[in-house]
This record gives sequence, structure tokens and C-alpha cells, in this order.
Amino acid sequence: MERDKEILVMKDIVKTFPGVKALKGVDLNVKYGEIHALMGENGAGKSTLMKCLIGIHPPTSGQIYFEGNLIENYSTSDALKMGIAMIHQELSPVEHRSIMENIWLGREPKTKLGLVDHKKMYEMTKDVLKLIDFNEDPKTLVASLTVANMQMIEIAKALSYNAKLIIMDEPTSALTNKEIEQLFSIMRRLRENGKSIIYISHKLDEIYEICDRITVYRDGQYIGDGDTKDINVNELIKMMVGREVNEMFPKVTCDIGDVKLEVKNLCYGRKFKDVSFDVKKGEILGIAGLVGAGRTEVIETIFGIREKSSGQIYVDGNEVRIKTPADAKQNKMALLTEDRRSTGIFPMLTVFQNVIIANIQKYIKKTGLLNHKKAIEDTNEFVKAISIKTPSIYQKVENLSGGNQQKVLVARWLLTNPEILFLDEPTRGIDVGAKAEIHRLITNLAGQGKSIIMVSSELPEVMGMSDRIVIMHEGKVTGILDNTKDLTQEEIMRYATGQAATA
Amino acid sequence: MTSDSKKLMDQAERSRLADNKKTKVKALLQKYGIILVLLFLIIVISTIQPKFLSSTNIFNVLTQSSIFGIMALGMTLVITSKGIDISVGSVLALSGVVAASLAQVSSATTQYYPSLSDMPVILPIIAALLVGLLMGSINGGLIAFTGIPAFIATLGMMTIARGLALIYTGGKPISQFTPDMMFIGSKVGFFPVPVLVYLIMIAITWVLLGYTSFGKNVYAIGGNIKAAEISGVNVKKNLILIYGYAGLCAAVASIVFAGRVGSVHPGAAAGYELTAIAATTIGGTSHYGGIGTVWGAVVGALVLGVLRNGMTLMGIEAYWQQIVEGVIIIVAVVVDMRKNARKK
Repeated sequence: MERDKEILVMKDIVKTFPGVKALKGVDLNVKYGEIHALMGENGAGKSTLMKCLIGIHPPTSGQIYFEGNLIENYSTSDALKMGIAMIHQELSPVEHRSIMENIWLGREPKTKLGLVDHKKMYEMTKDVLKLIDFNEDPKTLVASLTVANMQMIEIAKALSYNAKLIIMDEPTSALTNKEIEQLFSIMRRLRENGKSIIYISHKLDEIYEICDRITVYRDGQYIGDGDTKDINVNELIKMMVGREVNEMFPKVTCDIGDVKLEVKNLCYGRKFKDVSFDVKKGEILGIAGLVGAGRTEVIETIFGIREKSSGQIYVDGNEVRIKTPADAKQNKMALLTEDRRSTGIFPMLTVFQNVIIANIQKYIKKTGLLNHKKAIEDTNEFVKAISIKTPSIYQKVENLSGGNQQKVLVARWLLTNPEILFLDEPTRGIDVGAKAEIHRLITNLAGQGKSIIMVSSELPEVMGMSDRIVIMHEGKVTGILDNTKDLTQEEIMRYATGQAATA
Repeated sequence: MTSDSKKLMDQAERSRLADNKKTKVKALLQKYGIILVLLFLIIVISTIQPKFLSSTNIFNVLTQSSIFGIMALGMTLVITSKGIDISVGSVLALSGVVAASLAQVSSATTQYYPSLSDMPVILPIIAALLVGLLMGSINGGLIAFTGIPAFIATLGMMTIARGLALIYTGGKPISQFTPDMMFIGSKVGFFPVPVLVYLIMIAITWVLLGYTSFGKNVYAIGGNIKAAEISGVNVKKNLILIYGYAGLCAAVASIVFAGRVGSVHPGAAAGYELTAIAATTIGGTSHYGGIGTVWGAVVGALVLGVLRNGMTLMGIEAYWQQIVEGVIIIVAVVVDMRKNARKK
């Protein structure tokens, strides 16, 4: 095997989606028989690049050479046939079918009569599973396997295609430590056999344990690559974060009052454990961490979307029982969800209907009918107060910009007169100008004495807005830091990647 | 190791085995519960009305079940692929009138094709199969290439095929068939030909679903269409085949229908699609896709057949029969959902 030759060369890859340039001319070189890490913050373009590679999104421009040959215009099944296989972050097996039917789907061995040769399929599956030391009966239903074992099946499937290059997108996010060790030993064995692996992970310790080389991306741009042994952790974090905190965060210090909400030893299954923090009146508490750290789960649990497995929640010093979002509402809480589209707005309803939907009780007259006049007045008032740009309150929300949609949601929750506001990625997918407006709105709300808990993956946003920052890593709080001037992004990243731990 | 700890371990092992056994029994019950339901029905009905178990009546039940039973076989493929086909009743009527028009005796009082002599029976059969296959494939093509929901595509086809049947016949029934055609509705010795046709279709569908790559694709498309695409399955082609097969089954059913009734009306088989869906559903095919068996469709059809026949024998009013059927369909789906929810 020619160890130093490149199996894959991606050159100057550009990928534009309508209105967005996701990849701005990036490179990637992977050698035979190496494990190559792709690093970068969320949205850096790693996943898009991999989708270009396996034929889901063909690149807008740029060249891809695989084993020395230029490849273009190919489908995912072509990529598989060439020997490029991807193990997706969200595994997608056909659950109610057996292991062997999953592995050989679309290319089952046939008998002379053209029927599926189950006996041969069984033997072939045994052979493939042997490659990764996996002793499960090929006839086992996939639905009965653990996530880790489903992952093994995906790896076996990749090997069954005789894949020379295997892409693993955050394969360890749902695995236990023991399972991770098992995965790593298989990866090492694959490397010995000359297979190349592209490994995407946010966990720095894993990268240093298993990867030979690293390529770093940021904001759709190629930042650099090198051997793992030549790049130390601090350099790597700097390469990933890179940018400077700009002046778009109009944070004004306001009077911070008594403790409003306190959470003690909150747990939710395996997602997060022993989470404790408090937030005061007029305070903005940022929650930072990488995707999968459990941030969203924490606030969803406090809000009653998920039922906590243990722990206490106190509002104004009294323990409260929150089992449903309705209970949370009773306790003057409000939640702006992470994914506007699927869990927040009703796109085909009007601004008016979207704003009053959480408050209809408030407008029911004695007759049982709706007091439209009062509801319209209130809606108009809020539209004006937080300057939602809409021709009228009867406009359909789907016709508004992302920033204005987000404001409609803010209006909806402000109408419930909340005292505790949870904001999950409040500016995701919103353009820069609207972002600043949302930030101003958040600061104003804190100024009115409301307690704000904001989850954000953008470090500059967290650092620009928060009074204090809770940092999570793999379901645990690794640090609660005062947001002082000399706090750096690098330091937060160290907590977020589990490099520094003082809880 | 002390004897005590050994004893403890033995105990643990035993209880583990017992647990295993318990879950196995439970799984078997869930998987084959519908057969128990069928046996239960048969026992109850035959106790109340011993006539039920006479061989004539049993063949009666099987013959009566064969028409919607055959349709349910095609429906099993459709529903397993996470689709639905409500056009098969109309497709049965259309392919039925086409077959009928080619199967008339030359001495018939009102001949559809006046100068036509007696045709060999294979001709109307082939014509009907082609019509069914075509209509079904159009359904599949619409779903595959326009992306409209299966319910809508087949709703359109349901009306169109019925309209075509009405136009083709001018609204009048076609009857007086050749002896060969009538043979399909009769018996060989004691054995009814419709049941024979049903058995052949069961065998074909069983091989198709269990032993061909097409069958594997049906499960994959219904279970996880994304996984199927990524694995290189040609989803569009398979959808056309799936709905084509459902249309084909409707056409086979139409031939049995023509032979049994001796006449095909353009308004025939209205609502049969729902009976076919009911049989498939009772048999455990999941509307969430990816789960479905041929034997389930057969048992489901038999449950409905036994129920209808039994209630008639016991003198229960037809109106009440409909209510009982409805309840059974709903209970079947609730049980099915429970079963699948628990797996997650």
C-alpha cells in the first residue's frame, strides 16, 4: 500500500445554496491508510463538504480526485460503488428488517432463478461481521440492537461495499466509553488494512487519540491542516474559533436583583446529569457548549417538555413542580425554541393568530367567544413595541423574514407576561442586521427585570450578551464563569471540550 | 466459589431464562395473535351455529373471501411501502367490464361487440390483466414522479377508472359469458376455482415479497425511504411496480368476480377497496410502513370472511355487521400501534 499517496484530493470546492455560500473554495487531502479529522465549529462547512463528496449535493465548482481520477456527476450509489461510504450521524437503518437485509439492501445475492439467496446472504453477512468481530446473528432485527451496534452494522455495510474511504460523522455521540474504545480498535484495524477514514467529531481528546492528521475549517473556509502531533490543543482551538468579537452586542449592564430561578442536581436520563445553576432578576445567563452537550435538553426539561428523572427547580425560592409546558407557563416561564420552523411558528397563519395562540384564554369573554377587539389591540401594541416589520397583523408569518418571524415568537411569549425567558439559539439563521435588533430586544427585556437564559452556539453572541456563562460538556456543567473582559473564547472552548473541568 | 453464591447464580440464571421465555411467548402472541382471533371466531360461531363447520359452508367462506382476499394481497405491498390504494375497487370494475365484453357468447341477447365470435378465455383474461396493470402503474408513476400523496393519486384514479367503466359500457351491465369464463366461478369436483386462483395468487405474492429483491425493496421503501435511496434502490421504479401489482391483483379479482356473478356492472365492486384495506390492516400490515406479511393479509381476509358469513348464519342484521367490522378494524390498528410503540 502506498501510504504516502493521496486517496482523495478535493480542490477549491465551492458550494452555494440559494442566498448562502456554504463553502468558499475549500481543500481536503486524505492519504491512504490514515484517519483524518475534520474540525471546525458548527456551521464551518464540514458536513456540507462531506455531502459534496458522497454525491448528495454536487459542488457548485471545484474538482474531486479519488484514487487519482477526476470524478464528477455521480450519485450516492455511484460513490458507494467507487468505495466511498459514509456513516451518517443520524443512522438510518430499515428498523424492522434483519441485519443481513440491511447490509445487502439493493444488491441481494440471487439464485439461478433470480430469487434472493438467503443462505448465501447469511454466509456473506457472517463474513462481513467477522471483519469487525461482531457476533450477532445476521437474522437479528435491527430494531432490537443498541445504537452502538447499529453503528457497527453501518460500518459492516461500508466494508461490504469494499469501501476504501469511510466517513464517520460524530460516530461517538451516542456511545458509552467502552463502546467508543471498541469503535476505535476497529478503526485502527481498518487503518492497518489500508483503509482511509474521515473522522468528524467535536471531542478534542478523541481527535488526539485516534487521528493522524487534522484539517480545520471555519465559516466555509479552509484554515489549515497538519499532523496531529504537530498541532497542540490551544493552537487547534484558535484555528477553529479565530474571529473576533465584534461590536454588535449592545449589552448594557442593568440592575441585577434576587435569585429568580434555581435548578439543583437536575438529571434527565443519560442526556445530562446533576445540572445546577441559578439565574437572577434582570440577568442574562448564557449557556454555551457544543452540539450534543445537552443544553437544549436542560431548558426543555425545566420547561416541562421532557420529564426530569431527578432534581429540583425553585422559582422565587419555592420548589415548583413542572410536568408540562402548561405548568411552566403557570410559573411565568416562556420558551423560544431552537427550531422555529418545526416547533415555533405556524407559517400559514397570520401574525395576529401566531401572537395570540399561547394567550387565547386571556381573551375569552363570558359568552365563551373571543374578544377580538382587545386581542387585536394587544397584538398591534406588541408589533409596534418590538418593531416587527409586517404590512399588517393579518400578513401570513411565512411571508416575513427570519428575524421578524423570531420577533413574532417573542411577541407571543411577551403577551403571557413571563418573568423567566428561555431562548434557544435566538438568532440562528437570521441575518446580521436583524440579529443586532434581537440582541437589543433581549437586553431591554433584562432591563425590565426579566430573567433570561440563552442557549447559543455562537461564542461571540454568548460573550457579548451574557452576565454569566454556564458551559456544558457531554451532559455535565463544566464551568460557570463570570463574563469579565478578559474571558477569552479559547477559555470557553476548553471547558466546552472537556479540557478544563471545575464544576 | 461457595455453594451459596453458586445457588444464587443458578437462581439468577433460571429467572433470566424464565424472563426470556415470557418475552418470547409475548412476542409470539403479538405476532400470531390474529390467528388466535380467527380460531376464537370460528369456535364461537360454530358453537352457536354448527352448520358453520360444514364443508359446503367452509368453501363458501373461502370463495366469498377470495375476491377481496386477492385485492388484499396487492394492498399488502402498497401499505407495507407506506402507501395506500383506494382505486382498486374501480380498477376491478374497469378491468371486469373489459374482460366481460370479450367473454360474451356470440348468441348473447345484447352483444357488446356484435360480430364477435366466442373467444378463447385467455383473451379476456389477458385484456383484464393489462388494464389492471396499466391503471396501477399510472398510480405508481403519479406518486413517484409528481410526489403527490398516494391517497390523492389513487383517489383521482378511483373516479377516473369508474368513469371509464361507465363510458365503456354506456352504464349497462355486460353478461352471458362463454362456458370457459363461467368455469372460473365454478368448481372442480368439490373444490371452488376462485379459491384455487386465490391460492395461486397467495403463492405468487409470498415469493414476490419474501424471496425477490423487489420484495426487499418494498420493505425498505416503507421502513426508511432515505436508507433505500442511499443504498441505491430505484425508488421510483419500485413504486410503479408496487402499484402496478395492486392493479394486477384487482384485475385477477375482476376475472373471479365475472366468473362468479356471470355479469359485470360498471358500478361493481364499489367499496371493495376498503374491505381490502381492512383485511390487510387486520392482518397486521402497518400503515407506518415497513411491516407486512402475506399470511397476515390472508388471515385478515379470512377474519372478515368468517365474521360476515358467521353473522349472517346467526341471523345478525347486515347493519350490525358493519358496526362489528368497523370496531374490529380500529382495535386491530390500536393493537398494532401499541406493539410498535413498545419496540421504541
